[in-house]
Amino acid sequence: MLRLNVNGTEHAVDVDGSTPLLWVLRDNLGLVGTKFGCGKSFCGACTVHLNGNPVRSCSLAASRGVGQKITTIEGLAGEDGTLHPLQDVWIEHDVPQCGYCQAGQIMAAASLLKRNPMPSDADIDTAMQGNLCRCGTYIRIRQAIHAAAKRLTDKGEVT
Amino acid sequence: MKGNDPRFSPNTSLREVVRAIEADSQTTTASDLSRRSFLKLSGVAGGGLVLALCLGGTSRALTAAGSPLTTEFVPNAFIRVSPDGSILIYSKGPEIGQGIKTAFPMIIAEELDADWSDVRVEQAPINTAVYGRQKAGGSRSIAMSWDQLRRAGAVARSMLISAAAERWGVPAAECTTEDSMVIHRSSGRRLNYGELADEAAALPVPADDSVTLKERKDYKLLGKRVSGVDNYKLVTGQALFGIDQDVPGMLYAAYEKCPATGGRVRAANLDAIRSLPGVKDAFVLEGNGLTTELMPGVAIVASSTWAAFDAKRQLRVTWDETDASKDSWSSAVSRARELAAEPGEDVLIDKGEVDHAFASAAATVEAFYTYPFVSHAPLEPQNCTAWYRDGGVEIWAPTQTPDSGIGNVAHTLGIDRDRITLHQTRVGGGFGRRLINDYMCEAAAISEHVGAPVKLQWTREDDMAHDFYRPGGFHSLKGSVDAAGKLSGWQDHFITFSEDGQTPISRGDLPDTEFPALLVANYRTTQTMLPWTTPSGPWRAPRSNALAFVIQSFLHELAVAAGRDHLEFLLEVMGAPRWLEPGNDRSLNTARAASVIKLAAEKAGWGKPLPAGRGRGLAFHFSHAGHFAEVAEVSVDRNKTLTVHRVTVAGDIGPIVNMSGAENQCEGAVIDGLSTMLGLEVTMEQGRVQESNFDQYPLLSIDAAPQVQAHFIQSDFPPTGVGEPALPPLAPAVCNAIFAATGYRARTLPLSREGFRT
Repeated sequence: MLRLNVNGTEHAVDVDGSTPLLWVLRDNLGLVGTKFGCGKSFCGACTVHLNGNPVRSCSLAASRGVGQKITTIEGLAGEDGTLHPLQDVWIEHDVPQCGYCQAGQIMAAASLLKRNPMPSDADIDTAMQGNLCRCGTYIRIRQAIHAAAKRLTDKGEVT
Repeated sequence: MKGNDPRFSPNTSLREVVRAIEADSQTTTASDLSRRSFLKLSGVAGGGLVLALCLGGTSRALTAAGSPLTTEFVPNAFIRVSPDGSILIYSKGPEIGQGIKTAFPMIIAEELDADWSDVRVEQAPINTAVYGRQKAGGSRSIAMSWDQLRRAGAVARSMLISAAAERWGVPAAECTTEDSMVIHRSSGRRLNYGELADEAAALPVPADDSVTLKERKDYKLLGKRVSGVDNYKLVTGQALFGIDQDVPGMLYAAYEKCPATGGRVRAANLDAIRSLPGVKDAFVLEGNGLTTELMPGVAIVASSTWAAFDAKRQLRVTWDETDASKDSWSSAVSRARELAAEPGEDVLIDKGEVDHAFASAAATVEAFYTYPFVSHAPLEPQNCTAWYRDGGVEIWAPTQTPDSGIGNVAHTLGIDRDRITLHQTRVGGGFGRRLINDYMCEAAAISEHVGAPVKLQWTREDDMAHDFYRPGGFHSLKGSVDAAGKLSGWQDHFITFSEDGQTPISRGDLPDTEFPALLVANYRTTQTMLPWTTPSGPWRAPRSNALAFVIQSFLHELAVAAGRDHLEFLLEVMGAPRWLEPGNDRSLNTARAASVIKLAAEKAGWGKPLPAGRGRGLAFHFSHAGHFAEVAEVSVDRNKTLTVHRVTVAGDIGPIVNMSGAENQCEGAVIDGLSTMLGLEVTMEQGRVQESNFDQYPLLSIDAAPQVQAHFIQSDFPPTGVGEPALPPLAPAVCNAIFAATGYRARTLPLSREGFRT
């Protein structure tokens, strides 16, 4: 029995600890926003936060999440449902095409903004290059991250 | 194809809806349900569609069934107006990232004069008798549904006007509509559509050809930038995709096929696999021998995806490869190089006096071009959920062709089509891969075997190994320009592949109308086919995605040989304004071509000075009824590190439905095109694809993404699709830019084969 804290909720999951966190989230906890793309940490579709840092949940044993704070795309918005500024700008800039990679993109971007509230294009490229988008929405991803950074800075908010 | 096919008109569809729902209720429930209980059941089921019934020519009859749908206005299978004013619009086709789930409802909402903020969108059920075409392919969705959807909206609007006019006791002609309201112009009275739902529902439905459609100048919604209707759900991680489906009691499956197409299972360690934790069953499926349906393999059914994957890693299969593919890409490349100097085996076209043109030319150019097989690699690996029970099967699938998928499953299982219910999910990338429904047949067959609902999930490695690849190919070209610097002759020995020795493999053909066949008087194409077994198929902008690279690069080579400016040369090739296939408005129109070429050049600053080391390249290509020209601006350093700084796109696809969606498709097409030309190829040896995951199939990442500006000429021609035609010009534009920057002509894709890096 693994005890996992996901999005602020404690879960007891009857699963072998070597199971990748991705599949525990999806199959056991029904949190399907985190996506399976490659299974080898190449594409970033499975990006979640472990104590605020981006990790590839397809390649992280679920046991490594015990005692840690796990955040998925479902837990990025505030408890009252207020969207994270990245989620807002993602909608406003109509970033997605097929949309499959976007949860991973947003989680990677949220971590970037936490570390670097006003990233340059180069900062974005460095932080986001492990998150592949097959549809090619990179241009809008850059624009949206800049817009979210500006919104956060204007409001003096800290994510 | 005319959009007003009477079979698919909003009115005749009403009777079909009744029939379809009655048929559906027999399919999806074991007992003989009355229509009323079917409606209630569907309402409870939540995800299921509650299509309103319309009897006796009005939609009021629906309420007689006593369903909770009382007073909703349901003029046809696309629209439901609730008394509270909310408007539900059903989007009929698969959403694969092309934006159709937003674009289709926008067309309806425009003619309905609905306030977009009142509109909610749901995916329609699969029922081609009611909805007509329900497919994502060929960039045909908008063109083939434009008229149908406009009339569906206009019929509803006219009924709401009639209802208001009746209530007010005024002539309908005195009423107009705006933002989900009917307005009586002279008195200023207004009623929200919701307030009119009950009365509109009692009215006869007018013939769809009796309603007046809006003029383009009156459009309020079409052409605007509208954010995708699923975006909120996407950014909050809600279940939308095939992989997200969950059915009570569902098991999880993996399926292992021979890595060389056509191999059969000789032996496998099934007992060992069955004893692994979480594994429920492991068994061999013989299949029906069709790569598009069910090929032989070993199915593993488990209690979780990971248990199935983990067991699959420990699966040991001995394959009988007697009839399996022995394809070798490296051998094909060697053979093609030998054949390059020879005439082709078959003459496809030989018109004018090609030999004379060459003999009398001011300059001739010879070149050999190569492009590889590539995979679709949608980010959502193939998957499907199927539940076989009571001799029928219910399916949840991410597919581009749901209707043909039903046919494939029926054929595979040997059951009637009407025993199959298919639910469309959002699709995590199509690119042509999901025109084929092999994963659907596999899931259905596995569910039939175990007698439980099953979600089949492919790994990334499965997806790369079992694709219907974009065919590779080779072109040995010779062209000429005359003393006036004009294009005078064109010859292409096309070396392609064939499985049967008679015809090229799927999408490995050179069409008779391909550019510049209809623009050059002296034109000859010949063809030689190499034997091939691995499946191929449509990949975003089939044929054009590779042919444009060859043809539009070589055209630039000829412009250079003539000492001409590429822009001027290209416009000269187009010649007088005309349709190249008279009477076919999906053929190339040289005036539209010239317009987009000029626009791309103007917006990119063609001819203006560039910083040292930079070059601009231009290319035009016509495909899928779309006229597109692109200009790339690149630089290359001494280590052959290529930087694409920006790409300017100019297109004419008629009026734009959703400007944001259209721009997004152009941005995506540029990046997809660049990604593919830079580093993507699948190679086969001993029938096996050598590349297995993204480390060996390096999709472009964000750091290599150029700036992209898209511009449209919104001509008055009927609207056509934008999912594909912006892709083909990208590769030649970049290659032409590399030449402009460096003097080096790249003739092999991917460019990584030529030593380029990013």
